[in-house]
Amino acid sequence: MSDRLTVRKTYKLYLGGAFPRSESGRTYEVHDTKGHFLANAAWASRKDGRDAVVAARGAFGTWSGATAYNRGQVLYRVAEVMEGRAAQFTEEVAAGEGLSPAKARAAVDAAIDRWVWYAGWTDKLAAVLGSTNPVAGPYFGFSVPEPTGVVAVLAPQRSSLLGLVSVLAPVLAAGNTAVVVSSKERPLPAITLGEVLATSDVPGGVVNLLTGDAAEIGPWLAEHADVDAIDLAGAPAPLAMELERSAAGTIKRVLRAPAEEPDWSADPGLSRLRPFLETKSVWHPIGV
Amino acid sequence: MTHVLDPNALADTSGGAGTPPDPFADVTRSNDAFRAFLHGLPGVDQVGAEARAKVLGTRSIKTTAKAWAIDTAISMVDLTTLEGADTPGKVRSLAAKARRPDPTDPTCPAVAAVCVYGDLAGVAKEALAGTGINVAAVATAFPSGRASREVKLADVRDAVANGADEIDMVIDRGAFLTGRYLDVFEEIVAVKEACGPAHLKVILETGELVTLDAVRRASWLAMLAGGDFIKTSTGKVSPAATLPVCLVMLEAVRDFRAATGRQIGVKPAGGIRTTKDAVKHLVLINETVGADWLSPDWFRFGASSLLNDLLLQRQKLRTGHYSGPDHVSVD
Repeated sequence: MSDRLTVRKTYKLYLGGAFPRSESGRTYEVHDTKGHFLANAAWASRKDGRDAVVAARGAFGTWSGATAYNRGQVLYRVAEVMEGRAAQFTEEVAAGEGLSPAKARAAVDAAIDRWVWYAGWTDKLAAVLGSTNPVAGPYFGFSVPEPTGVVAVLAPQRSSLLGLVSVLAPVLAAGNTAVVVSSKERPLPAITLGEVLATSDVPGGVVNLLTGDAAEIGPWLAEHADVDAIDLAGAPAPLAMELERSAAGTIKRVLRAPAEEPDWSADPGLSRLRPFLETKSVWHPIGV
Repeated sequence: MTHVLDPNALADTSGGAGTPPDPFADVTRSNDAFRAFLHGLPGVDQVGAEARAKVLGTRSIKTTAKAWAIDTAISMVDLTTLEGADTPGKVRSLAAKARRPDPTDPTCPAVAAVCVYGDLAGVAKEALAGTGINVAAVATAFPSGRASREVKLADVRDAVANGADEIDMVIDRGAFLTGRYLDVFEEIVAVKEACGPAHLKVILETGELVTLDAVRRASWLAMLAGGDFIKTSTGKVSPAATLPVCLVMLEAVRDFRAATGRQIGVKPAGGIRTTKDAVKHLVLINETVGADWLSPDWFRFGASSLLNDLLLQRQKLRTGHYSGPDHVSVD
């Protein structure tokens, strides 16, 4: 039976732990690099962005309040589930980015390894970025890193899985919750990652994945008073400048977009963890 | 202050205060007659009511109309705190919020009233002195209403003595559901008398009345007994205020005014948390009873968290960007 009809997929958003359609009802077609139809994706609107921020804010208490060890375990579990769906990821990355199956598989492996690497960071951040401070007085002074809050992430436009994981995982490892706008042309790995997150132990609302146009939703997220930080990785240059300016209105943390999309396979170090952490310093009296 | 139970508290219901307005003066001559009257009211088409409420909920209210709706809804809010853990301090902070819901914006209207338990009405009265904001107090063994009539009336007098401008009473749902309509009627009459100058809101607790037919009957009963407002719920029972219930109550006040010339207010309470819900209710009023009821004198929202959502939406309209819960007070 080779004449079986293909199942044409229409994906939805991943928002607050559920898979709703876009509030606007819009969808758009996703094509591979040769122009063949792959699937329909939901085309998120600003109101989906608004709902996603509400969901992310609601989940922040649980996620940031979990112990670092527990967060690490949950994130590691995500990597396990990703590994189980590696074949699907590979197919989507190959079609979306025009890579050979072997190169796509290498990108997927790198993405899973990257996720595991960040999962390991959760309970080491306080040791590396925190400190006990020498103070001139009868006090014990120490500093600890704490998550910034709700982080809006404009995911890279070209690297649809490794790039996405490279910007999302550090936000989560630091204890933040995320509203992610995926690559517009290559959203399928992000959609599958949403399914992975929904079937692992990540609480609903910690990650909210919107497929659609960063240029449409980005400005609303940048101005939103309840978004604490924004990662501009996937914003094209003129838009990034504009978003940075409007983010200043509510004093957000802004992680600037590089001029060119970087090589995501390079070791990121702490460059993407540090921007989404706030340092809390405590002076505690000592002595009698 | 009336803290002592008065053995003569039972109101005299003969003539005057206890008589329903014309042309319904004789319907309460006996429980059987009253029952026949209430059960003779036209039945409610539940499916139709739900469909009507749903279709009115789809109206799109935007820009200037939305701004008007938000300000109107804010001015209709009965800002409520009815917790066992309420303190004078909490009531004072709620009163401050009632006066200036959005301290960053002087154009934001004040709310209609602050709703508290009777023992805290004095605190609220003092904190709201000179503002024109009313103090509403719940009484009559709120929220269950399970106490003897003497206790209920003493509760009302105490709240009025403490300075309440409005009394929110609960009906005896047990008596209502078992068909002792005249008992419920007489109790409302007695409470109304104990209120003196204070306005009386009658809580039907529609979540316990089960059917919309019963809601219509209870609405008529409360209006005939002299209630100034009919209110859906205590907020302690789920489901609380729903659009179909509100629709039926609005139809009741409309029909009652057409028959007697008396206008009665409506107050949905409990479960209204978002600006969207509030706007749906405003649409429902306008389409059911008309603009006469679009005023805090005739329509109220019993709510606590609704106000914050209204303020967030108001800030969104004013600034052009989304606001967040850090920009309104926590209560």
